[in-house]
Amino acid sequence: MSVLSLQSVSLAFPADRDISRTRLVLDGVTLHLASDEFIAVIGRSGSGKTSLLNLAAGFLKPTSGRVSVDGVDITGPAADRAVVFQDDALYPWLNARDNVAFPLKLKGVAKGARRLLADELLAKVGLENAGSKNIWELSGGMRQRVGIARALASEPRFLLLDEPLGALDALTRTRLQQFLLRVWSDSKTGALLITHSIEEAMLLATRVIVLAPNPGRIVADIPANFGRQLLSGKSLQDIKDSPEYRRLHDGLNGLIHADSEEEAA
Amino acid sequence: MTINIGAIAPATPSVAAPAAIEAQKPKRSLGTLPVSLATIAVIITAWSLASAYGLVSPLFLPSPLVVLKAIYSVAVNGFVDSTLAEHTLASLLRIFAALAAAIVIGIPAGLAIGTSRIGKGILDPIVEFLRPLPPLAYLPLIIIWIGIGEASKITVISLAMLPPIILSTAAGVKSAPADFINAARSFGATRLQILLQVILPSTIPSILTGTRIALGAGWSTLVAAELVAASRGLGFMIQSAAQFLVTDIVIAGIIVIAAIAFLFEILARLLERWFVPWAAHR
Repeated sequence: MSVLSLQSVSLAFPADRDISRTRLVLDGVTLHLASDEFIAVIGRSGSGKTSLLNLAAGFLKPTSGRVSVDGVDITGPAADRAVVFQDDALYPWLNARDNVAFPLKLKGVAKGARRLLADELLAKVGLENAGSKNIWELSGGMRQRVGIARALASEPRFLLLDEPLGALDALTRTRLQQFLLRVWSDSKTGALLITHSIEEAMLLATRVIVLAPNPGRIVADIPANFGRQLLSGKSLQDIKDSPEYRRLHDGLNGLIHADSEEEAA
Repeated sequence: MTINIGAIAPATPSVAAPAAIEAQKPKRSLGTLPVSLATIAVIITAWSLASAYGLVSPLFLPSPLVVLKAIYSVAVNGFVDSTLAEHTLASLLRIFAALAAAIVIGIPAGLAIGTSRIGKGILDPIVEFLRPLPPLAYLPLIIIWIGIGEASKITVISLAMLPPIILSTAAGVKSAPADFINAARSFGATRLQILLQVILPSTIPSILTGTRIALGAGWSTLVAAELVAASRGLGFMIQSAAQFLVTDIVIAGIIVIAAIAFLFEILARLLERWFVPWAAHR
């Protein structure tokens, strides 16, 4: 089992007007993601959620602290941490199959083999007939499924999900949440999900992390098991009606909006 | 009594698959085409009337019919030892040789400017020096350096074509979405893989636009390049005709060049639709 670790990680950007000063985006964040966990990170805008994911992916380097996989510091992005983006980031010059096969092509897998693997992954995400479709012929939800299949193709140990369902309509979003849950439980990868939605975080994650803004820091790290209930066949409505769900929902809601009420007062 | 189905159709709610979003594209209208055709008709009529009533001396403006006859005569009998087809072929060969050279040099140069600080540092001043220069200004120097043969003509046309290709390639690199590059990085792509498999393909629409602009620059330079020691070519044909005041052939040559440039434009758009159908959907 692998562990992706952020240890007392801080990140500072140059301040907006005065480049000699810096603005602290994340302050002393420590987080360990094991490869059987699903961590959801929620927080208001400006709490550094996306920066946290960019640090884990290796797109950003921490100002201080360490980012490591199994104790080895990361040097940048690598195939063990595949990212799924909010704006799918699929390549429009490739069809759906070739997009999924892209990470395999980078690794030098032969053409026949990577077609086969890509078709297998497309079937896994329920798009067995969409292989030769152009990207712009697919709906938003289908594109995100292709994006997830593409990320899985690189056989990552960790899936980094940067609000992948954020731009979808409510119905598609609910469907894809359950889909994502099943993909994660089948694939034995650790997942780090950035999201705006408390509900999404609660239904998918095994741990919900709450970030507070200015500077971004972890204010809560709460285990959740609604996803496992969902996987074991309990209905979504029953889960949402349960007192423990409501209690956690209210608690998280309070945490996220805590200091915004202070500001208003 | 008629029922206007066309007017009802767009109001019907769409229950089709999401892929049918494409169908929401507005219908192609005729746009400015009728107005443009009318404008051309008015110009040709005015031209005909002006020459028919002798408002302008035929030496300056021969009638449209005379010009048509000139085109026919050049096509069949030739002018200054070559037929129209031979003149055209000579010019086209120069244009395409120059274009090939400009693409082979320009695309890597544009990629270098767009992706590397050092590349930009080295190439920017050269491109910015070359870009505003009229090709006629450096034509004599090129002739001193490499003589009056075919090579100097192709070089000059090529130099005129280079800046638009380099600059549009570099601009295309800049407009490649950061997520495209980050995605490839998170799948473990090397720098070279990112350059060839992500940046280059996303730059192609921009490169095609640059090529269209380059062809325009190439045509305007062609005529100048054929001023010197050419024995064939559309530019040469026009200039020899002008020296003998054979105005109908001068105008005929201009019309042939315009027609070819127009065909290029259509060809370029077709190529765009074939090679980068996705550019319209970004």
